[in-house]
Amino acid sequence: MSLTREQVMQIAELAKLELTESEIDQYVHQLSAVLDYASKLDALNTADIPPTASVLPLQNVMREDAVKPSLTREQALENAPSAIEGQFRVNAVLD
Amino acid sequence: MTLTDWTISETLARLRSREISAVELTQAYLDRISAVEPKVNAFLTVTGEQALQQAKAADSLRAQGEDRPLLGVPLGIKDVLCTEGVSTTAGSKILKGFVPPFTATSVQRLFGAGAVMLGKMNTDEFAMGSSTENSGYHVTHNPWDLKRIPGGSSGGSAAAVAARMVAGALGTDTGGSVRQPAAMCGIVGIKPSYGRVSRYGLIAFASSLDQVGAMARSVEDAALILEVMAGHDPLDSTSMNVPVPNYRAGMRSDLKGVRVGVPKEYFIEGIEAEVEASVRAAIEHLKALGAEIREVSLPHTAYGIPIYYLIAPAEASANLARFEGVRYGARIEGADMWESYKTTRGRGFGPEVKRRIMLGTYALSAGYYDAYYLKAQKGRTLIRQDFEKAFAEVDVIATPTTPRAAFLIGEKVDDPLQMYLEDVFTITVNLAGICGISLPCGKDVNQMPIGLQLLGPAFGEEKILHAAHAYEQSTDWHKRAPSL
Repeated sequence: MSLTREQVMQIAELAKLELTESEIDQYVHQLSAVLDYASKLDALNTADIPPTASVLPLQNVMREDAVKPSLTREQALENAPSAIEGQFRVNAVLD
Repeated sequence: MTLTDWTISETLARLRSREISAVELTQAYLDRISAVEPKVNAFLTVTGEQALQQAKAADSLRAQGEDRPLLGVPLGIKDVLCTEGVSTTAGSKILKGFVPPFTATSVQRLFGAGAVMLGKMNTDEFAMGSSTENSGYHVTHNPWDLKRIPGGSSGGSAAAVAARMVAGALGTDTGGSVRQPAAMCGIVGIKPSYGRVSRYGLIAFASSLDQVGAMARSVEDAALILEVMAGHDPLDSTSMNVPVPNYRAGMRSDLKGVRVGVPKEYFIEGIEAEVEASVRAAIEHLKALGAEIREVSLPHTAYGIPIYYLIAPAEASANLARFEGVRYGARIEGADMWESYKTTRGRGFGPEVKRRIMLGTYALSAGYYDAYYLKAQKGRTLIRQDFEKAFAEVDVIATPTTPRAAFLIGEKVDDPLQMYLEDVFTITVNLAGICGISLPCGKDVNQMPIGLQLLGPAFGEEKILHAAHAYEQSTDWHKRAPSL
């Protein structure tokens, strides 16, 4: 399995990662090598095998919907790179 | 023998007899850190002042007649675990300056038991790596040979325990990140079963695989730390509500009636000769202690790496979507929202983290999901079934922890696939959700430590701790210290 430069740029777009030209070149090569290795899995017969998403014998874990102590607004905003009027500041989403 | 050489059990005995105070002990560790940390670089943050305050509080509790399981014991905490008021970076530049407003449950329980935190330990960025070379801050050196890696991702924790800069430490293990560095630094490291320890406050890498583990200089010490932090936590719905045994009570020094499985798939081409010889000798040793040795088969072992390197990056790509420079961490402003996300993430994450996000994004993307992610999840079922069949016949499984002892810094850094292959013996344990421990059992030709790995069924920690303890009590590998 060999990835093209265009595919790597497309994946970076989906993952919202800015990559430099040399990073793109590197990833074309390195990700292709890993995916090549992953193709070993083609040899596995998984026709009647169910997938495992979690190893635990748990389904939904429910709790009471009760009000409990939580972070204050100030604490929640403490680590924000930019906050304004008690809220996280983000770039404009709408024009 | 100086006081920083004592095991936690030996330390506690001396604290309890008032032979030494927690403040004296903590100061001795801080002095040791000043002396050897410049060579080892195991810490990201040393919290000397807070440590002395915690030690003082421990001493005054003891003066009032109180005792707790870890009262006054100085430990290191891997920097992927949140600590209120203390910088927590996950080894990443993207979290530089992040000071959590809360503490991880595992750490909180150590504090509740009286532990003193000496600092936050270096790690591969977001725990992604096998050498700690992927830290966004600095490389940690193996105390046994400073030119070599300490293993990873909990390399800072392992190196500090081996170098006597902490009495014990917390690590995390997603594919071997507690056991592999423990093996490479000649210490004990246990990865508990998935669901045994709360993941609340652990910065997530791969949520279905991550588990917090204990690292120490004896099996008994690792058992003690695990006892303190294990158990149900309402803040983590994947922590199981099953009782925590008194692990130390079950640790006998003989292995009569214990069935030990040896999987032929773990003694393969490419394994270092001394690693194979040391582990085979250790298995003979288990037999001499009364264990019954049986060959078992884990036929899908070789598929562990491709399965893991699809599932773990897939989960990571989702988990790390939260780092977009809005709520915490660095932000590098772009022209619009998407540009800000891309520049923040592109420049904030290091190369290995970006590689795994890319891989995971691809494995989950439309058109490739069935071929990669779903296929890997089905393969994961086969790995689980391998272990279920084996544990129907044996109590524990004995293997090498790693195919080779610690390699040189820089040796594999440009070849990610070669680095991934280092995880071949540890990775299936996380996929199956079972427990495993690594303990020292020899040295290779370069005098680097070799690890024996003992695996047990899910929630069978007492079995591997018992076998590991019996082995350790009749050998002296764990008593050897690197000269620094």
